[in-house]
Amino acid sequence: MLNLHLYMAQRLTAMIMAPLTIGHLAVMIYAVQGGLNVAEILARTQGSLAWFIFYGSFVLAVSIHAAIGMRAIMFEWLGIKGAVLSVISWGLCLFLLALGGHAVWAVTFAGASA
Amino acid sequence: MSESGKFLQVSIWREQDGDGHFETFEVPRQDNQTILDVVAWVQQQADPTLSYRFACRVGMCGSCAMMVNGAPRWTCRTHVQKVADDNRLEIAPLRNLPVIKDLAVDMDPFFDKWVAAEAVFEPTQTRDDPMAPINPQDPMRIAASDAIECINCAVCYAACDVVAANPDYLGPAALNRTWSLVNDIRDDGQDARLKAVSGDGGCHNCHAQQGCARYCPNELNPTLSISGLKRATAKSLLGWGQ
Repeated sequence: MLNLHLYMAQRLTAMIMAPLTIGHLAVMIYAVQGGLNVAEILARTQGSLAWFIFYGSFVLAVSIHAAIGMRAIMFEWLGIKGAVLSVISWGLCLFLLALGGHAVWAVTFAGASA
Repeated sequence: MSESGKFLQVSIWREQDGDGHFETFEVPRQDNQTILDVVAWVQQQADPTLSYRFACRVGMCGSCAMMVNGAPRWTCRTHVQKVADDNRLEIAPLRNLPVIKDLAVDMDPFFDKWVAAEAVFEPTQTRDDPMAPINPQDPMRIAASDAIECINCAVCYAACDVVAANPDYLGPAALNRTWSLVNDIRDDGQDARLKAVSGDGGCHNCHAQQGCARYCPNELNPTLSISGLKRATAKSLLGWGQ
């Protein structure tokens, strides 16, 4: 069940995710080609505001985009509606945000001072 | 090759007061026989209590649509030889609409959604004003003309899986009509119209599966019209005009 605002939120987050996904794949190929190990990768990401913004904005976009898509599927396939649908959708969004945010924080700032 | 002497096994949905089942009839096969011919033969020769709806019999009025072997069809223009499966036919009332009796469905929800989608012309002038000049080559007029030959048969509505999943969804026919009016330069109802198709049952629910375009007997493409509405509403939200 999509209205204009949910539709726009899903399209705009898709527009954010597309270049970030390409950037992520490019970085992965570069890292593998260059033979970087975990420690060398973390040395580049720890304390980096740029990588935090790069992957943080991706996690935020994914959380919104996926929750809206799942909301439509839950409504059309499972018949979930009303307040229950909103609570589950928001819950899924926050769950993805927490998981992704935790991972992004771990590779950027969590161990920066260690 | 002549079809004379052969018979069709025709299963027809019978329903009254919410209790329904298929009933099978043996119908003589004819050359150039339509599905509506088959239903009329059953009603006239086998069971006069069979209820169904038709009017013009020439594909103009949009009254006689039914599900034929699982697909929505305008029955007056659908030849048996095109859809019969080994001389078997299954004829049922249109999907996604409540049954009144047998093959006749209640079209009220379908037409209520035309009104809900603001698919009604809002004139800018009166009958006393001169005729508005319309350039047939204007891109907006071309878009309007591409969507305008709808006969309100509800075949697209029956074909739409989003309507099946979301009873509030306005559906391809109403939204197609709305798109033709969005492109009508004589119309003055655009703000209300774009708002009407932006709610929980609006155009943004369409998954572009194109069942409507596949089955439309007039070969219209409501999916394309709905895509136009999505663009128009998005531009309106962002303040980009149309």
